[in-house]
Amino acid sequence: MNTVAAQTWVRPKQELGPVARLFDWKPFLVTICLLPAVGLLLVFLTYPLGLGIYLAFTDTTIGRSGIWVGLENFEFLLEDKLWWNAVFYSVFYTGIATIAKFGLGLWLALLLNNHLPFKSILRAIILLPWIVPTVLSAIAFWWIYDPQFSIISYLLTDVLGWRTTNVDFIGSPWPARWSLIAANVWRGIPFVAISLLAGLQTISPSLYEAAMLDGTSGWQRFRYITFPMLLPILAIVMTFSIIFTFTDFQLVYAITRGGPINSTHLLATLAFQRGIPAGQLGEGAAIAVSMIPFLVFATLFSYFALARRKWQQGEADD
Amino acid sequence: MTDAHLPTADDEANGPAKPSSSALAERMAWDTRSRRMVTIYLPLACFVLILLFPFYWMTVTAFKPNAELYDYKTYNPFLIGSPTLDHIRHLLFKTAYPTWLLTTMTVSVCATALSLVSSTLAAYAIQRLRFRGSQYVGLAIYLAYLVPPSILFIPLAIMVTWFGLFDTPMALILVYPTFLIPFCTWLLIGYFKSIPYELEECALIDGATRLQILREITLPLAVPGLISAGIFSFTLSWNEFIYALAFIQSSEKKTVPVAILTELVTGDVYQWGALMAGSLLGSLPVALFYSLFVDYYVSSLTGAVKE
Repeated sequence: MNTVAAQTWVRPKQELGPVARLFDWKPFLVTICLLPAVGLLLVFLTYPLGLGIYLAFTDTTIGRSGIWVGLENFEFLLEDKLWWNAVFYSVFYTGIATIAKFGLGLWLALLLNNHLPFKSILRAIILLPWIVPTVLSAIAFWWIYDPQFSIISYLLTDVLGWRTTNVDFIGSPWPARWSLIAANVWRGIPFVAISLLAGLQTISPSLYEAAMLDGTSGWQRFRYITFPMLLPILAIVMTFSIIFTFTDFQLVYAITRGGPINSTHLLATLAFQRGIPAGQLGEGAAIAVSMIPFLVFATLFSYFALARRKWQQGEADD
Repeated sequence: MTDAHLPTADDEANGPAKPSSSALAERMAWDTRSRRMVTIYLPLACFVLILLFPFYWMTVTAFKPNAELYDYKTYNPFLIGSPTLDHIRHLLFKTAYPTWLLTTMTVSVCATALSLVSSTLAAYAIQRLRFRGSQYVGLAIYLAYLVPPSILFIPLAIMVTWFGLFDTPMALILVYPTFLIPFCTWLLIGYFKSIPYELEECALIDGATRLQILREITLPLAVPGLISAGIFSFTLSWNEFIYALAFIQSSEKKTVPVAILTELVTGDVYQWGALMAGSLLGSLPVALFYSLFVDYYVSSLTGAVKE
């Protein structure tokens, strides 16, 4: 009986054809599984990244493959007022928007962390600005910022009577810069808030109970429990936010296209303007490459913040 | 502040018979109702109001006749006097909007399918097959997510031309996975990790091949993870802008976000009604799709960040 049982038990293994056996051979299987993802990423991400850096050192234009010109593009950029302007505005835009997004996002997350009715509906509503295509909400902001028919101007002048003239949102440099930042913050708050809310929910309530027994104030509980426990997630979310705010393109392109008088160009919009419509691919690539040092800095920050907590969900624990 | 509300409804309800429990309840609920109103509900209402206002404004504008749209004196701008479908009719029958929607849909679905298949396989290999160096492959894929499209679009535009794909939706289908795969793989690795490995070991002992295990055991258990990865991919490809702007030139092949900005904005007079109607219609599919699966979405978004 036993032998018969054993034979029937091993039979499935024997029936495997050569192809099936090949697919069960681990090195082959690993290669096959990784091939589509790694292949796509190598061809459409790693290679273009290298190509972009190479292009930055050539004078390629549309329809003509360029020749190696060394650092000429970068020397040109260093003397280009517009580029310096874009660097300034990129840093300014990222800095102010990040501070505002995280300040308000953290506040919203703390508010949502209370016991509230309709919690899940509330979360769904709050995520909406993040779900909807940026360009489409940017067009809505463009309409809100309209010089003549802005609803904010209407509120301020006709309803509240605080002003006598319409607000000039995107007609002159500084108001335009602030208006774009406001739109970016509006779009960014939901993601920050929901991510931080996830972090807040992992903090054990017993910590707060213990602290309350010790007679701490609300601020002390935030400062010595909430904030330190939130720090790892804060670091990750902030890195992502900084990278994608610094390289933002859609909002600025949709609302002001870099104007008025080129005051709101970010590096990405400047690179697009020089690279695609104007056809100066080499110069556009150089502008894009000039973003890399900032990104490397942000990525290293992310890597070390993540490495402290392992890169995902306790990977190295097993 | 904490002592300011000693006699509460709770105390009266519990009575003096249980002093210890009411004292605890009082300490836990450290704010009174009116204070809670001011510190929680009021700011929350402001947040929701501000976050939703642009959508409200978009909707109101899309259904207003032009006469009301540009006359704030006689009509209250926050309300619609006589709603009209003119803008939507104009959009659907006088422009190529249906074609743009169709193109966007096709591109999003294909890019999502392509990235879902690739990232499921990759995540399975990294998390379950456990080859040497799998951690580093995972880290490399994660780092790929940190490379923003803004620095890739110029070289990619050149490459797309090399492949003869310039001005075709195929270019977008092939390029979108570069930002979809890292995210999906990352999400799915986390998801696969939550499935007990013992289940696979049992199947292995029973003589199942690795592929059978993936098909029969891991994938059915990972369906919620796959759904959320799918939603993410779909939304991200629907929202993508810079590649579509750089690679597509002919009007009928444009995606909705690009087309609205480049085709509907004509001359100096903006057709705000049509623009808002276009934005509204372009946002609706994503919003609907998202609302169907919102629970998966929120849980995976929070799960991906959660440690």
